[in-house]
Amino acid sequence: MNERPLISAQNLSVHYALRGNLIGPKPYVAAVENVSIEIAAGSFFGLVGESGSGKTTLGRAMLRAAPITKGDVLFEDGEVSYSLKNLGKKELKDYRKRAQLIFQDPYAALSPRMTVRDIIAEPLEVMGLTKSRTETDERVREIASKCRLNVEHLRRFPHAFSGGQRQRISIARALVSGPKFIVADESVAALDVSIQADVLNLLKAIQQEMGLTFLFISHDLSVVAHVCDHVAVMYLGRLVETAPTRALFSNPRHPYTKALLSAIPSLDPDDRGKAQKLEGEIPSPTNPPPGCKFQTRCPKAIDRCRVEEPVLESAGTEHFVACHRWKELSV
Amino acid sequence: MSRLIDVENLTLQFDTDEGRITAIDNVSFNLEAGEIMGLVGESGSGKSVTAKSLMKLNPRNAIYGTDTKITLHLDDGPIDVMSLQNNAEMKVVRGGAISLIFQEPMASFAPAISIGDQMVEQLMIHTDFSKAQSKELSIEMLDRVGISDPSTRFGQYAFELSGGMRQRAMIAMALSTKPKLLIADEPTTALDVTIQAQVIDLMKDLVSEFGMGIIFITHDLGVIAQTADKVAVMYLGRLVEQGTVRDVIRRPAHPYTRGLLAALPKLDDIDAPLTPIPGDIPSPLERPPGCVYNTRCQEVDGPQCAVKIPGFAQVREGHTAACHLYGPTEGKT
Repeated sequence: MNERPLISAQNLSVHYALRGNLIGPKPYVAAVENVSIEIAAGSFFGLVGESGSGKTTLGRAMLRAAPITKGDVLFEDGEVSYSLKNLGKKELKDYRKRAQLIFQDPYAALSPRMTVRDIIAEPLEVMGLTKSRTETDERVREIASKCRLNVEHLRRFPHAFSGGQRQRISIARALVSGPKFIVADESVAALDVSIQADVLNLLKAIQQEMGLTFLFISHDLSVVAHVCDHVAVMYLGRLVETAPTRALFSNPRHPYTKALLSAIPSLDPDDRGKAQKLEGEIPSPTNPPPGCKFQTRCPKAIDRCRVEEPVLESAGTEHFVACHRWKELSV
Repeated sequence: MSRLIDVENLTLQFDTDEGRITAIDNVSFNLEAGEIMGLVGESGSGKSVTAKSLMKLNPRNAIYGTDTKITLHLDDGPIDVMSLQNNAEMKVVRGGAISLIFQEPMASFAPAISIGDQMVEQLMIHTDFSKAQSKELSIEMLDRVGISDPSTRFGQYAFELSGGMRQRAMIAMALSTKPKLLIADEPTTALDVTIQAQVIDLMKDLVSEFGMGIIFITHDLGVIAQTADKVAVMYLGRLVEQGTVRDVIRRPAHPYTRGLLAALPKLDDIDAPLTPIPGDIPSPLERPPGCVYNTRCQEVDGPQCAVKIPGFAQVREGHTAACHLYGPTEGKT
């Protein structure tokens, strides 16, 4: 694997303005606050967290689909080098073909009035990547067969396809412009387990075949464990832990990561009641608690956690954790 | 334990423009009071339709099989659900003896009526309580399911509650009439894992407290392993395997159950390959002849599979599977 990052977020913050008063500071929601991650070229990077943790916003900011308030995202693929915060109109258009998104719901993401061929061809036409209709058709057929779609079915409409096939159509559309970086946002969450396994295997195969870099956003840790090389855990807009997959799952350091892992229902019926339960819910980002954002639910919180926000510290090779007590808790 | 419900030969077809569709084909199971049964299968396998049939909660074009028999054993004697004709008669069952929790708590609460008013409304329909008593009980139930400040929440609307909170309120509402049977249709699918763990704990507590039976519909075998006593696996409208949760998950007998388990990402072995079941579940309009699973089955390819419907055979004590691997055929072709 190439260790040079293809894309990296550097102290990235995404704030959204709230309606406020005429006087006084403008209130805002920090959807993502001071997050730095590096995604190595050719890797499968997982991003996990509960709803409201900011994982989708981070993914979108890395596609320049969410506003970058502070910090920056750097993209460097050997041909171009972009700072996403200061991207001209022409560069942004070029970036769009290098970075693409696969959505969660294959039923909502495909227009029911377009044939599969037109759906897959649309990015090519919009971006002006092909010169003739024959060339477009060729590209569409090529990518469709790569995504294991039957090329005989390209003239059909999406309603004729099952969930798994629809997700393959979404994948083909994301890949047709020849991107280097793909954000897959909960791309298998709406699928049955057997179809989910099929789509995950397809994503992995395509990634290796085409040398792609993936940001894989999911709330399902067991899926992430199976497909990702590296994982970042988010909570309330902050990065709380990041590590190579094996290290994170065998040796989680942050109490939140530990709680997430133990909340996954085990397949062993005799394992009942062993899970370490997390009380309460994720706080509203409009009114985050002081200090460590996880302190309101953390079973290990002490006074220091309620005042001082922890910063990321190194906890092993490529392993970082933001917790005041990780050292004493891991003894 | 005493028997709560007997379902015998449940068959359900729908008359549609495209022809008559078989949604459930000859399904039989039973449930004891205080027992949790997991009903598992892919989308389109007929899990939800089966659950709704127990209250005859299906659209007008539904046609039940002639030998379908659903018996609910209540304190005042058994009720033959199939013989109930109009809505007034159905009231005993719907929301009375049986409550239903849906997957999407946002879609199951009316958006313009407060949570409290909705809880009071159903209590006044199903019990003899006065409005004041209903309110008192509703607030007590909200408190019981772990909603903080229940009297404030009582006056709030569904959009003001978080997803986990809404699902708790749904459970409080479903349980306030003290049903004998609770049907939970994917109650935790839309929730985060941490909240899912809380809701599962809550449901288990309530079962032991109220002694009701639960039919827990889900596609998540991990959730089943953590909650259910016994499991029924469904595929394309037919039950294919039944047994205790330990037997079905540790020693799955039907190739479909084995396929589901092989496709599941497991945390204790992250290097294991994920093996999908090839193909998709067929459309109910094109039900394959013989064993419904024969078009996707990887294990068995006998001369019988595409011709004869396999009947249930005992694999071990209390564990049955409908596969030609194990024996007798149902005699239908």
